[in-house]
Amino acid sequence: MNKKITATFLSIILAFIGMQSAVIADELIMTRSTEDFPETMLLLQNAIKKQGYIPSRVQRVDIGLTKSGYKTDKYRVVFFGKADEIKTISQKLPELIPYLPLKISIFAEAGQTILVTIDPMSFDQMYPDSSLTPVFKRWSEDIHAIFDSIQNLD
Amino acid sequence: MLTQRFLFLTVLSGFILTGSQAAYADSSDGERLYTKHCSVCHGSKGSGGVGIPLDLESFLNSISDEYLIKTIEHGRVGRTMPAFKKLGDENIQALVKYIRSFTNTEAVTFDPTPIKGNIEHGKALFKSKCASCHGDHGQGGKGTGVTFSRPRDLSIIPPALNNAGFLASASDEMIKHTLMTGRKNTPMNSFLKQGLSESDINDVVAYIRHFETKQVPKLRDQKLDAIIMAESPYSLEETLESLKKAVIGKNFRIIRQQTVDDGLVDKNKQNKKQIILYFCNFQFLNESLALDPRIGLFLPCRVTIVQQGDSVKVMAINPLRLSKLFNNDELDDACKNMSNLYTEIIEEATL
Repeated sequence: MNKKITATFLSIILAFIGMQSAVIADELIMTRSTEDFPETMLLLQNAIKKQGYIPSRVQRVDIGLTKSGYKTDKYRVVFFGKADEIKTISQKLPELIPYLPLKISIFAEAGQTILVTIDPMSFDQMYPDSSLTPVFKRWSEDIHAIFDSIQNLD
Repeated sequence: MLTQRFLFLTVLSGFILTGSQAAYADSSDGERLYTKHCSVCHGSKGSGGVGIPLDLESFLNSISDEYLIKTIEHGRVGRTMPAFKKLGDENIQALVKYIRSFTNTEAVTFDPTPIKGNIEHGKALFKSKCASCHGDHGQGGKGTGVTFSRPRDLSIIPPALNNAGFLASASDEMIKHTLMTGRKNTPMNSFLKQGLSESDINDVVAYIRHFETKQVPKLRDQKLDAIIMAESPYSLEETLESLKKAVIGKNFRIIRQQTVDDGLVDKNKQNKKQIILYFCNFQFLNESLALDPRIGLFLPCRVTIVQQGDSVKVMAINPLRLSKLFNNDELDDACKNMSNLYTEIIEEATL
């Protein structure tokens, strides 16, 4: 009987912990760098590497727009990831592949720079039964750390 | 024994509760909180950007602290400004104090008593005096701020007066005060100076307040799939060729074909069973960025083909599902179009 009560209480606590972590998602993670675009791009790529990821590609959105005759500020999308992680996760949850590798949009705004990405904890709501919550949580924390280092909040 | 366990678990739950608040309580410093949560949209010194400028004296001297507090708590549903529900009272107070420091203006206190007025007359006045900026139904101006969507010398976006967050934040007296005095250095002029009487202004306030009864469910309230997917009856190579034809048929330009792990592993180790096709229509891209510069997260357009055993699947993100992350109603239609487009392309490639 006692064990049953304890188990019930424990499950309530664990459910509460689960609720707490789900609530952490801010859906979009955004930050402003007071540095200009080239400097922030450099800071971003270094911060990504420092966090253990590889920047795999930079999509030059502004170049494509300019070549097509549209006026635009500097606008790039930086893709990044960890090879082993992508390999494992794409086998475990192929439906997540369209969201991989992770990416950050970076664009200029009047001498400063804005960075935006999807909070990976949002994936936890999109794929609730995936058992990948710890991975999504770590990605989210890593991106927060990347953005904080750019904002000098370390 | 049970008592000991109960005590341990109670202490544990208390730790979890206080731990989640502590992250903020340790840094209850307005400037720091502003830099972390607000500066990205409102500018590092409140001069505006994706969000409205907060450093306008005529704005800060015509609003109450209560208005700022509730705005931070409720945000503006569908108008980019998120609700910061996790900050807690102490941090929100610190933020308000910091925002006030932009102009060193004192907060105004308004009587919370609702104002009575003739809604029908207010509607007629609203249509002739307010709708040109605030929209026929009080839906506000378009765009998200100075970036991409509007010139930098025009950072004010007429607010959405029908927005649930605005209506929950602004008292009737505050709205009336703004209508009577206007806001210097913005397009908002005093209605008294435009010839309206105080009674007319009360009618406009009553009409704006009646928007509370007209709230409609948002797209973001629906449950949507994270991806659009179809199984292909063809081989990966055949599916890829069909996909390219479908993409070009929809007036998109193919930008690049790569493996998912491209750039992460050596070329000879890449997984050739996971192929991404990137494509773009720059007119569509330009229009989308004007709606919300953050939409670059969807870009460039992309469809992924994955082979697992004998099964070949064609997948894309569901922009309609992601639209809700942006809290921007204007994006919903664009994302619906993108979702339809992805569906058509994938269907065509797997027919």
